[in-house]
Amino acid sequence: MPKLTIDGVEVDAPDGATVLQACQLAGKEVPHFCFHERLSVAGNCRMCLVEMERAPKPIASCAMPAGEGMVITTDSDTVRQARRGVMEFLLINHPLDCPICDQGGECDLQDQAVAYGGDRTRYEENKRAVTDKSMGPLVNTVMTRCIHCTRCVRFTTEIAGVSEIGMLGRGEHAEISSYLERSLTSELSANIIDLCPVGALTSKPYAFAARPWELKKAESVDVLDAVGASIRVDARGASVLRVVPRLHENVNEEWISDKTRFACDGLRRQRLDQPYVRRGEKLEPATWDEAFGAIGERIAASDGKRIAAIAGDLCDGESMLALKDLMGKLGSPHLDCRQDGAKVDANVRASYLLNSSIAGLETADAVLLIGTDPRREAPLVNLRLRRAWLEGGAEIGVVGPARDLNYPVTALGAGTDTLTALKDGKIAFLETLKNAERPALILGMGALARSDGAAILAVAREIADLTGMISADWNGFNVLHTAAARVGGLDLGIVPGAGGKDVPSILDAATNGEMDIVYLLGADEIDMSRFGDAFVVYQGHHGDAGAHRADVILPGAAYTEKHGTYVNTEGRVQLGRPAVPPVGEAKEDWKILRALSDVLGHKLPYDTLGDVRSAMVAANPVFDEIDIVSKAEWAPFGTAGALGEAAFELPIDDFYLTDPISRASVTMAACSRELSGGTEKGTGTNG
Amino acid sequence: MSGTSTSKRPFVFTADNKVLAEAAITHYPADRSRSAVMPLLDIAQRQNRGWVSHEIVEYVAEYLDMPVIRVLEVATFYSMYNLKPVAKNFVQICRTTPCWLRGSDDLVKAFRDFAGCGIGETSTDGAFTMIEVECLGACCNSPMVQINDDYYEDLTPERFTKILRTLKEGKTPDPGPQSTRSGSEPVGGLTSLTSVGGDD
Repeated sequence: MPKLTIDGVEVDAPDGATVLQACQLAGKEVPHFCFHERLSVAGNCRMCLVEMERAPKPIASCAMPAGEGMVITTDSDTVRQARRGVMEFLLINHPLDCPICDQGGECDLQDQAVAYGGDRTRYEENKRAVTDKSMGPLVNTVMTRCIHCTRCVRFTTEIAGVSEIGMLGRGEHAEISSYLERSLTSELSANIIDLCPVGALTSKPYAFAARPWELKKAESVDVLDAVGASIRVDARGASVLRVVPRLHENVNEEWISDKTRFACDGLRRQRLDQPYVRRGEKLEPATWDEAFGAIGERIAASDGKRIAAIAGDLCDGESMLALKDLMGKLGSPHLDCRQDGAKVDANVRASYLLNSSIAGLETADAVLLIGTDPRREAPLVNLRLRRAWLEGGAEIGVVGPARDLNYPVTALGAGTDTLTALKDGKIAFLETLKNAERPALILGMGALARSDGAAILAVAREIADLTGMISADWNGFNVLHTAAARVGGLDLGIVPGAGGKDVPSILDAATNGEMDIVYLLGADEIDMSRFGDAFVVYQGHHGDAGAHRADVILPGAAYTEKHGTYVNTEGRVQLGRPAVPPVGEAKEDWKILRALSDVLGHKLPYDTLGDVRSAMVAANPVFDEIDIVSKAEWAPFGTAGALGEAAFELPIDDFYLTDPISRASVTMAACSRELSGGTEKGTGTNG
Repeated sequence: MSGTSTSKRPFVFTADNKVLAEAAITHYPADRSRSAVMPLLDIAQRQNRGWVSHEIVEYVAEYLDMPVIRVLEVATFYSMYNLKPVAKNFVQICRTTPCWLRGSDDLVKAFRDFAGCGIGETSTDGAFTMIEVECLGACCNSPMVQINDDYYEDLTPERFTKILRTLKEGKTPDPGPQSTRSGSEPVGGLTSLTSVGGDD
């Protein structure tokens, strides 16, 4: 802990801190461009010059390790003059095009030029011009504005793990480019837009859409994967214009995936903005009363045992609880939130959580991935695994298809036989896990969402126990979900009741005509052709698979339009907040169910959001602990049984098209075409 | 960087060059073999008639198991890698102050008169490419040019033209000072340090 004196204030800096960080600790602002606390030190912008006692000239504080007894001055005449000089150099080639630059209003260079720069230029020569580079469908480039801080190069190389952009040439001729201007292939590529301190890299889909001061900002959480990244939703009027990350050290740090950031244009397309009722072959617009009446008629004519409900992947906790309570009142035990048929055990919380926590994965030193592709399923979890390998030298083994994860892995085998062999010690990786101090495994939906999932869960638990993954301060048994609603659903017990059917059985029953009514709460990822003659009610926000099959459509609110409680894959309860009102006649989802319950004569006992949340806490106390991850108790789970022979299949083929929102997004479709080699599908307009 | 390799076959090191490349790699620790990127690019450039193509960048990247952009960064940073095809005789003329004061402008004119092209260009017969470079550190013998790997010093337009003519005939002129000097000693004999172990 070196002690420094900064502008006369004594500060204890942590070991390994730089002078710049020490200055920040002392509450002094030091302007900088290239320095970023999560990236390696480059020291090339020179904006962070400060004066150090006994040094002959100003020092670059970002590149100088804080040392014992240093005396630093951050606001002397020398420092001010040095900063002005550096700023003048930076502006020699930077165009003065702020009025037509998308970064205007949130530009580090603009702000710092005002605060630390001079008020006129002495440079009369021509500025250099640089041709713009192509970096794919997400990042817009205006390379003349680049000040060569290399943050984008360092981010893609160090954090995202794709060495695809670099600085070519040198001096006056230096340019940032990808090799042959190829598109970036990282799922995290758009974070370089936030990192760029100037307007060289800006958002392509958001180009010239708004100025930052026009936007209404709502702090929310992402629901497009199970990580629950902290986001800020920026809206103007009734439309969401962009999504940007918020800082959350334990979840997403300050990054978000490209899907989280750019699927928001899907919120304006294919929306269900009023109720529909099927009359003959056609879905016709209807009023809420007509829609409720149609449902009421059918339910009155049926029996609770012949009614089923399936909750989808984007559902908030409030609506799932209301669905569960309504089904309970109707006497139906057929309720499930596991569209993919994942055989997770809702009774033991530790059996379905990412127990080591997302941040904790960084400290793991041996990791076994089973039927999962974290890069596509949860890029922000993959980033932690990459760091575990990069900084901790973690060894990572994969059972199941081994895709490129941006760090080296050992491919152990394709399926259940590998898992059994591993458990029996016939594969050397078991020793690696045993010898590791913090071993972990990650069980993906590729291993659980199959008929022998429960048995695989049991084998995974055996491996965890066998290799010492569970100790007093470490639990390396992890399940990586792909659906934001999943853990919340399991916490609320959205699983079949006594004698109830799960999703595959509900589908079988419907096919055989044993199910009269199926209520889909935002469930789109199931085979809609299997509902036979059943009466399908779809409540959701997008005209996706579910709405096409539905007999009655109840328009719900998307995650940016409602208050919602979501639980991420590590069991962290988080709150989403509305940024815009629901479109058209759409309503918040729990309110729809509450209103429907009244029509059906089974009025649910809550009238306000506070009431529903109290009911959630009553159903499971975890909902009282917002943003806290409590340790789940390690208890027996899994059902030993015969393992199927089929190899694991990964749940996500195309990262960019995984849910109704991203399938409606033009940007995601473009990404899919360009980056996943996929064909444009599922925008809904082509059936 | 423009153009592609003139050869249709994919670029691979010849057997001899492979030996050189492997030797270069052994100069670095086993886990630092990427440090050999510069010698490998040089070996490849020599094999590819003096220039580095995209194919070579990709080949070297694969050879050293490193991202192709990192190789391209190195290749574009250093001026001694040519990213466009060059002629058989690659003339680098120094025009930094000492050479300029001693008449490098006349050498450029002589080159233009002989080869028909100027700085940054290749002659139509494909025999010469000339580029301008900064000081090559032979100021005592200025003006000078470097042709391929050799220095030609103490030049006059006549001497330079003679060298170019010899090269065009396919012969290699003697490198070094083209005057009566053998090194950078005074032209008129020693004026100091005239004896070994003497008093001066």
